[in-house]
Amino acid sequence: MTGNRLGPFARILRHVVLMTLAVVIVAPFVWMVLCSFKTQSEILSAEIRIIPHTWAAVENYTAALTRVPMLRFLLNGVIVTLVIFLLQVLVNLPAAYALAKLRFRGRSAFLGLVLLCLLIPVHATAIPTYIMFYKAGLLNTYASLILPFTISVFGIFLMRQFFMTVPDDLIDAARVDGMSEIGIVWRVMLPTAVPALVAFGIFSVVAHWNDYFWPLIVVADQALYTPPLGVAFFRLNDQGTSYGPLMAAATISIAPLVIAFLLAQRRFIEGITLTGMKA
Amino acid sequence: MSGAATGPLTGSGARLRRGAVSLQSISKSFGAQNVLKQISLDIASGEFLTILGPSGCGKSTLLRIIAGLETQDWGTVSIDGQVVDHLRPAARIIAMVFQSYALYPHLSVLDNISMPLRLSRLNMLQRLPGARYLHPGTRRAEGEIKEAARAVAGILRIEELLARKPRQLSGGQKQRVALGRAMVREPRVFLMDEPLSNLDAELRVHMRAEIAQLHRRLATTFIYVTHDQAEAMTMSDRIVVMMEGTALQVAPPKEIYENPNDLSVARFVGSPAINVLPGTIESDGSIDVLGARLRLRTTLPAGARVDIAARPHVLSATAHTDAPTVTGRVVHVENLGADIFVHVGVEGAPAPVVMRHDPALALTPSLGDQLTMVLPPARVLVFDDRGRRVSASSDASVEQHAHV
Repeated sequence: MTGNRLGPFARILRHVVLMTLAVVIVAPFVWMVLCSFKTQSEILSAEIRIIPHTWAAVENYTAALTRVPMLRFLLNGVIVTLVIFLLQVLVNLPAAYALAKLRFRGRSAFLGLVLLCLLIPVHATAIPTYIMFYKAGLLNTYASLILPFTISVFGIFLMRQFFMTVPDDLIDAARVDGMSEIGIVWRVMLPTAVPALVAFGIFSVVAHWNDYFWPLIVVADQALYTPPLGVAFFRLNDQGTSYGPLMAAATISIAPLVIAFLLAQRRFIEGITLTGMKA
Repeated sequence: MSGAATGPLTGSGARLRRGAVSLQSISKSFGAQNVLKQISLDIASGEFLTILGPSGCGKSTLLRIIAGLETQDWGTVSIDGQVVDHLRPAARIIAMVFQSYALYPHLSVLDNISMPLRLSRLNMLQRLPGARYLHPGTRRAEGEIKEAARAVAGILRIEELLARKPRQLSGGQKQRVALGRAMVREPRVFLMDEPLSNLDAELRVHMRAEIAQLHRRLATTFIYVTHDQAEAMTMSDRIVVMMEGTALQVAPPKEIYENPNDLSVARFVGSPAINVLPGTIESDGSIDVLGARLRLRTTLPAGARVDIAARPHVLSATAHTDAPTVTGRVVHVENLGADIFVHVGVEGAPAPVVMRHDPALALTPSLGDQLTMVLPPARVLVFDDRGRRVSASSDASVEQHAHV
């Protein structure tokens, strides 16, 4: 909007700056994809070549898919992230509804606790949680990958902020129509909150798909590995680091996110802008 | 749940006389603030009752208590002789129309109108998507619900909008959909919370007539909350004027206008506002208003301070008369075509006195004119120093006696 008032030079400068930043951000990603097409020796050679001299795509991707059960890891990733997201929604929406729209004693204290929990880093609670799962005998299970993340205080807070903007009249109308409070959460609040839920879904899925730290400490069984653990397998195994297959595995592991982004680009951007506005 | 309760009333088709609402000493406070003070009210079956008052007088809270959306601290609400205090809003078989329409934004007009019936007639399993394909009873019930929703849409002339979403509708159309959603359950009582205040002026006048027509057609009890005196005066059988949590007067519109029992009621109703002039009871019992002597009999003692109120159309300009008059200079003239309102600055009056002048009369006062106005004793209202109406009989014999 204000850009129209800039002179041609300033406009060119602006694009140069933006393009430089884009290159800086995209370059490692492109490099990863290109490396996944190259042979080990070419990756390690001192000479920088952008287009591979000898193509090793087939070998690298075959290695990534066969030396470890990469598809199984992807499936695990899908199961873990989706179940986490569904459980988060199941907990977040009623909690956010209560904090935003119901009047009860101690509501502001509860909200204060939610805000307080926002400040606690994951790593601070990792050891106690680990010990809890150990005592419960749940280590090395899907449950240990999923349960610690089912209550997302960020999600509760985000949805609560969104629910604050839903008019009270709408909720009262639903009550007069005969809806129960639980019915209101799922049949009135959920449909109006779809943009906020998409935004939260992006954060949740991306964070847990890419999470390396928590799966690394609770899962030992390779059958339960998530994609990031699968990628790490090619690092420092008995043959040293095999960069080609490593890059291929990394590319495979982020491919689902990229595809999902391309399919739902508009919704993604809507969701991100929404959180930008609310936060 | 509430489905069973609707059955006998809707099924028979016979118009039972229902929807009589009785409020007994309803009180409510939010924190230290008393929002409602001992409101008692009996609303007859089929009546159009308007609760009129300035914003913050507690009228919406009272409506929400009748609806069951708010709980009173004290008192009982009964509908058709049955105490409903313990019932959820839906179980009271009432419908409410909100100022913001409060339509479900993600549902089509048809689904919005059907919602109350779906909730009351179908159980949770039957409401699941696809249930109608598995269970013929559900299919039949859904068909009946759609039928009922379409019938209501027909009455409101919104059939062509049934597939639209609320965001594709204009304000007036949303208003009709909200009315349709309220009508479809055949409620005992319609509660309306300032339903027209989000519409533009022209549409508001139009919808006023439509709601009044709808009331005549449905013959159901309407309880209508508004701060707009024009809405209250044009639609209601009776008006409740509420101020600061108290029901000051409950009466038909004409009575409220002509015979207010409180100075606040007199001031709130009527446009332009009623003229209020300070007066004193003289030793002979008559009232002195800025030098004019009103031969009225009141029960107040001599020396008591009173307020004399006269509507603009009661006053008339005169050249010379024996009747009591006040005199001042014209400070402003408003010509509205059918009426001319002349504002006269009278010494001692707290605000310019407004007089209606008939444009048909030859001479229209102009700015700066000296104007003498008659205060007809029989048509002025007398209020004591606490704003209560004082009955004042214009004693004809006294007046005639003075003439002799």
